[in-house]
Amino acid sequence: MNLIPSRYRINLRKEECIQCRRCTRECSFHAIEFRGGLVFNHEKCVDCQRCVAMCPRDALYITKNENRFACHAVYSTEALKEIYRQSEAGGVLLSSMGSPGRTVPIYFDHLLLNASQVTNPSIDPLREPMETRTFIGRRPEHVERDEVGRLIDNLPPHLELQTPIMFSAMSYGAVSLNVQRALAMAAARTGTCFNCGEGGLHESLYQYAANTIVQVASGRFGVHETYLNSASAIEIKIGQGAKPGIGGHLTGAKIIGDVSKTRMVPEGIDAISPAPHHDIYSIEDLRQLVSSLKEATGYRKPVIVKVAAVHNIAPIASGIARSGADIITIDGFRGGTGAAPMRIRDNVGLPIELAIAAVDQRLRDEKIRDRVSVIASGGIRNSTDVVKAIALGADAVSVGTAALCALGCHLCASCHSGSCAWGIATQKPELVDRLDPEEGAERLCNLISAWTSEIKEIMGGMGINSIEALRGNRLALRAVGLNSRELAVLGVKYGGE
Amino acid sequence: MSVQVNASQVDERTLKDLIESESNIEVTGCLGQRYLGVARKCGQLRITGTPGNGLASYLDGGEIYVHGNVQDAVADTMNDGFLAVDGNAGDALCYAMRGGRVFIRGNAGYRAGVHMKAYRERQSILVIGGRAGSFLGEYLAGGTIAVLGLDCPAGSQLTGYFCANGMYAGSIYLRTTARPVGLSDKLSCHLMDGEEKKAKLEGLIRDYASAFSLDAQQILSGPFLSIEADPHKSYRQLYATL
Repeated sequence: MNLIPSRYRINLRKEECIQCRRCTRECSFHAIEFRGGLVFNHEKCVDCQRCVAMCPRDALYITKNENRFACHAVYSTEALKEIYRQSEAGGVLLSSMGSPGRTVPIYFDHLLLNASQVTNPSIDPLREPMETRTFIGRRPEHVERDEVGRLIDNLPPHLELQTPIMFSAMSYGAVSLNVQRALAMAAARTGTCFNCGEGGLHESLYQYAANTIVQVASGRFGVHETYLNSASAIEIKIGQGAKPGIGGHLTGAKIIGDVSKTRMVPEGIDAISPAPHHDIYSIEDLRQLVSSLKEATGYRKPVIVKVAAVHNIAPIASGIARSGADIITIDGFRGGTGAAPMRIRDNVGLPIELAIAAVDQRLRDEKIRDRVSVIASGGIRNSTDVVKAIALGADAVSVGTAALCALGCHLCASCHSGSCAWGIATQKPELVDRLDPEEGAERLCNLISAWTSEIKEIMGGMGINSIEALRGNRLALRAVGLNSRELAVLGVKYGGE
Repeated sequence: MSVQVNASQVDERTLKDLIESESNIEVTGCLGQRYLGVARKCGQLRITGTPGNGLASYLDGGEIYVHGNVQDAVADTMNDGFLAVDGNAGDALCYAMRGGRVFIRGNAGYRAGVHMKAYRERQSILVIGGRAGSFLGEYLAGGTIAVLGLDCPAGSQLTGYFCANGMYAGSIYLRTTARPVGLSDKLSCHLMDGEEKKAKLEGLIRDYASAFSLDAQQILSGPFLSIEADPHKSYRQLYATL
């Protein structure tokens, strides 16, 4: 008996198939086999689309299994499958990538952008200068001059980004080294930063230090003096949007070879990042870690504190801004992950739009907005999401899922299986080889430059010629389909107001 | 010949710069200055007085000797090297330490040795001469913690609550016959016999004793409990994938 039917069906256009068997070699989930003819194990298909993309004749296509359970408005087919699965396996439901959202609104889709008409001129970015460069970090509170009136450079350490889009933290272990190579090369070429996550930094990536953010999380894996000094900024990871309040758990099976060496943990033994940092129980303790990291790096690098967007995010951000941190990263509800308990992923946290608006407003009210830069992440899908996040109060954004999609990810949410057919979320050598870092870097560069062009065009239309003039500029936004509480939190007027 | 500096006569930045630039330095009159010896890689640093929080964080080599007590978050994420404290230590000692040795002559506060680990030639070692507070060795992922209960009556409790909760690798040795209160059932705890003590503790205790001019044989003659993760009871959560 099997209570759970397969999710997908593999379909073949027989007249197109030339029996080359490429699909059988490409499918890392063993859903397609050759036994005298092609055999489809539909129950193993995760809809990663690798076979479809690699079929030379376009002979394959995947559909949803049309079978459905009795229609019930409360107990959906998905809800029933989850019950069946747990009654069978007795375990915590595990999934990956970002929350599919279900009934939680995507506020970006309810926000519309402004454009100039008649009374103020729009700007053509192809003909006039348009500044997307932005500086991330603390701003000096006072202008200082020497005795003859010359400006004293009292600028605290900061990141200079050519475009306000960074790559989110993804650790070596969760993703393959080729993914990090592609991200590092693309960051260097586009003048932005990638983030190595909590898995240490592979020595071959030290050369990208100027475009690297290294992470210090609760497990402190791979953290040592050289690591800290091989980056342009250091991020203390408190939480992440996909699983706020939950630690990390990289299974021993993924800790092999260089992953073990880079994390500095023995091969084959689980690497557990505790849910909290056990040396941080207060803002004062956080301040201590911020300070010790600055001491270890000679006060030459900005320190970022990354938190998940949760209910009290505004006072939390206020505390972080007072901890000596230079940058706050807020990771929203829709942020991705290599593995997370599904219930946590789908039910804990806040959409990034609400969090960023609440934090920006709180920091302004307390007159400490310039003490920190704010990075928004978690569900930034395109250039308009970038513009809207910045208009809501972010200084810049970071993207993880979109970057992986540029490398071939099709959001099948099977990262935790370790069998990623695209060579992204896997450590199996034959799969890792599928991703060419050079080609990946080129695709990432294309994506970043395409978004940057669109951002320039949108800003030009608004009559704004610098990304810093867009920051927190909520008058550039109007909402549709939201209630008055939502408008109040977002600090945005309704369309037509 | 080492450089000598009186911490009360220079500002904190000057003191740290001096410590950074000198490979052999002696600091006297230390009064709570924080983050001394952070990420230091070599040489010898001697401190008299009370260094503040964050002493020896990310320590990467060399030796630090403290004649006095130390405060919180000492040897945080220490990677290598040696720290000896002829006094007591505050909370969160040796958090996430990966390598090197830390010897405390007196007691340690809460959360000592949380998430210590080991990797290849790096084997983190923490020895506490007196007692330790609650949460000792939580999440222990490798390395060795020893609590000696010197000057404590025989059979004393040497740790507080939640000792070794979540521990999944490494070893904890307690020089007493009293099992920690409420020890998790996922851990195994046994009294070591002479042979096991000799194999696992002799080198460690000799090292420790010589740092503080103590009698190693006398320390070794006491009873030792050994706490390790029970390999049959892992913390692995059962997952179900859809």
